[in-house]
Amino acid sequence: MTTSAGRVPQVQMLSPDGVFEVPSEYAHYGKYIEKLTLDDFLKFYRDMARIRRFDNECTALQRQGQMGLWVPAVGQEAAQIGSGYAVGKNDHMFPSYREHGVAITHGIDLMSIIKMMRGVNHGGWNPEETRFHLYAIVLGTQVLHAAGYAMGVNFDGNVGTGDPEVDQAVITYFGDGATAEGDVSEALLFAAVNKSPLVFFCQNNQWAISSPVSAQTVVPLYLRGEGFGVPGIQVDGNDVLACYAVTAKHMDDARNGLGPSLIEALTYRVGAHTTSDDPSKYRPQEETDYWIARDPITRFEKFLRRQGVGDEFFQEVAQAGDDLATQIREATFAMPNPPLENIFKHVYTDPHPLVQEQQAWLENYESSFEEDSK
Amino acid sequence: MSLAVFNLPDVGEGLTEAEIVSWKVAAGDQVSVNQVICEIETAKSIVELPCPFAGTIEKLFAKEGDTVLVGTPIISVQAEGNILVAGPATSSIPIITESDTMHEAVADVASSVASDETKPNLVGYGSAGHGATRRKRSGAVAAASLASSIPTATSAVPSALSGDVIAKPPIRKLAKDLNVDLSKVVSTGPAGEITREDVVNAATQASVFRNLTTPAIPSEREERIPVKGVRKAIATAMVQSAFTAPHVSIFVDVDATRTMEYVKRLKASTDFAGVKVTPLLLMAKAMMWAVRRNPTVNSTWTDKEIIVHNFVNFGVAAATPRGLIVPNIKDADQMSMLELARQLELLAATAREGKTTPEDMKDGTITITNIGVFGVDTGTPILNPGQVAIVALGSIRPKPWVVNNEIVIRQVTTIGATFDHRVVDGDVASRFVQDVASVIEEPALLLD
Repeated sequence: MTTSAGRVPQVQMLSPDGVFEVPSEYAHYGKYIEKLTLDDFLKFYRDMARIRRFDNECTALQRQGQMGLWVPAVGQEAAQIGSGYAVGKNDHMFPSYREHGVAITHGIDLMSIIKMMRGVNHGGWNPEETRFHLYAIVLGTQVLHAAGYAMGVNFDGNVGTGDPEVDQAVITYFGDGATAEGDVSEALLFAAVNKSPLVFFCQNNQWAISSPVSAQTVVPLYLRGEGFGVPGIQVDGNDVLACYAVTAKHMDDARNGLGPSLIEALTYRVGAHTTSDDPSKYRPQEETDYWIARDPITRFEKFLRRQGVGDEFFQEVAQAGDDLATQIREATFAMPNPPLENIFKHVYTDPHPLVQEQQAWLENYESSFEEDSK
Repeated sequence: MSLAVFNLPDVGEGLTEAEIVSWKVAAGDQVSVNQVICEIETAKSIVELPCPFAGTIEKLFAKEGDTVLVGTPIISVQAEGNILVAGPATSSIPIITESDTMHEAVADVASSVASDETKPNLVGYGSAGHGATRRKRSGAVAAASLASSIPTATSAVPSALSGDVIAKPPIRKLAKDLNVDLSKVVSTGPAGEITREDVVNAATQASVFRNLTTPAIPSEREERIPVKGVRKAIATAMVQSAFTAPHVSIFVDVDATRTMEYVKRLKASTDFAGVKVTPLLLMAKAMMWAVRRNPTVNSTWTDKEIIVHNFVNFGVAAATPRGLIVPNIKDADQMSMLELARQLELLAATAREGKTTPEDMKDGTITITNIGVFGVDTGTPILNPGQVAIVALGSIRPKPWVVNNEIVIRQVTTIGATFDHRVVDGDVASRFVQDVASVIEEPALLLD
């Protein structure tokens, strides 16, 4: 609920100046931070910086004709890295198409994301092994997939046993724009009535392409689940520690059989919706500047420096970023075209005459080009 | 050191060109990887282009304000160290060590671009049809495989997508369904847009065979066209026919409503899926039925004897770009409805493509001419030499008709026929035409 002052109560642990403080009413979240070590903090920073560098290089590669499309996540690193590290080893993640940060917290090869955006595969990781499911391009569908998966976890009885080797939770990522899709409402209802172990993680980056969040909802999004019976909480999405703690708590609750919950991480999409978008056409630069000043990586750097972390570490991270950029750059430029047959490979399990006919036609068509017959 | 060329990439999804808004670098400048070299404006947005290479800029290929096609070189860099050669997936960045050959390559690209027609890209998605990066195909094989496999690709109405036409998507769909070229439709909408009515009118006009435009009066007072080829053959045949066989023509109006319903039902039936069903098919069947009842109309006059054919080689007059020809379907009387429909379709397609052989036109025994497709009611056809009957099918359209002393709207047509009076007497001619008409009025008679 909004307070009398009209402000939404929001879980924040790091001030924009990097001062760590847990308000007493959020002590149940704060205890998750107590378990972290400095090494964990450094890991959070490294990954946020790494994904930012990766993101910027991918935008450049798209502009150089190396990818059909790129979907930048700049500004949302804290929400993604913080929540990603709160996902346990049995849990499953159902992402949208912007969750590069969550992907690296679970070992997804960054090149496989590039391959997808270059159009050489449809997502090159195995969700069974990584528990990180494929990017959903259609808005909001992954939320229903997650609701279904979480129902399955319930049916398997892998909830509330008290055995950390058995208990399982599911988290799904979606944006403010997706909340206006029927899918999200349906998923909230199914998760609530089935008391599914599902955490709805909404990154409210405030823009659904060119539609502002005010065109998507009247009540704050963290309240969207209340009517369905899914309690919600808003977290400062540019505060990596708050995002980690709140997600960890709600994933624990889900594993322990307490049912679904909704986390709204309030953040900002600093970049374009995709490389095909030009945000200067619909939003003022001052708004973007306001959020750049609240950058999640800068804030966490201030925190780390207060912890005594010095220049040497930050220089090492910057160098690692440049090395990564060179590496993915070279790998992207050198990437071969996949064989034609891949298009047809997974359409049907068994051979299908129509697909075979189409494949034969395409092979014949492609072989009719002079320059490629070399 | 080697020379690397950066071609304008597609920075959106399916963009084909962009305008260079401003250059941030000049020839001779040092650039680093990802340094912004220019700002470009596409149909969607203004974006900055980062340089893929580090080194010294050799040349800028476009000026500010120039519109450049995707895939065209915009900058060349004397690159330092290990330059990245583009993978084949999207754009290609040619690397050439000799600058002379580079310029040739650029000239090639430029000339291939110049020959391509440019059209404005309406919304930024989808190609406007530029060929700058189009791959070369190896002639005949490609063309043949394309033609046989995807006929719809060539029969689509391309101008429905052109940027000059204002029309809502459902209207574009309607135009496509009715095979109306939107660029040729006169628009009457308040904002100059094409309305549903405009498309329907255009489709109706197109269905009537008439000249849609009046050409300017030629400057010469006369034009002399040599009489040769098909025209000469037509003339000889017509004269021979008209001046050797005494022609007699008779006509009958007929209610073709049931025929039209029959055609509609056949079209919808799964057995006839993919086969063209037209009133001409019913007419052919009706003639075959009437021939069996009046065999003398299916014969040949030889001065010494009359040869009555107990088979039907069914001739169909076809207007082709080269003139009128009359190919025939051999032993058409032995064919099922489905087989006959296929043969009619094949005959028309062959004639349209100009591939009708002399064999196809030999030994016809009776002919139909479908002048109804040109929108006229009837005519007095001239016999095909060697035959004694020809039937003309007029247009079928709603007309007032008297049923049970009341005027109702029925689909009405006129059947006209010409006979060689040496062979066919008036009573046989009349019975034959009435038999044909009765089938058109009641196709169930074919079940007889």
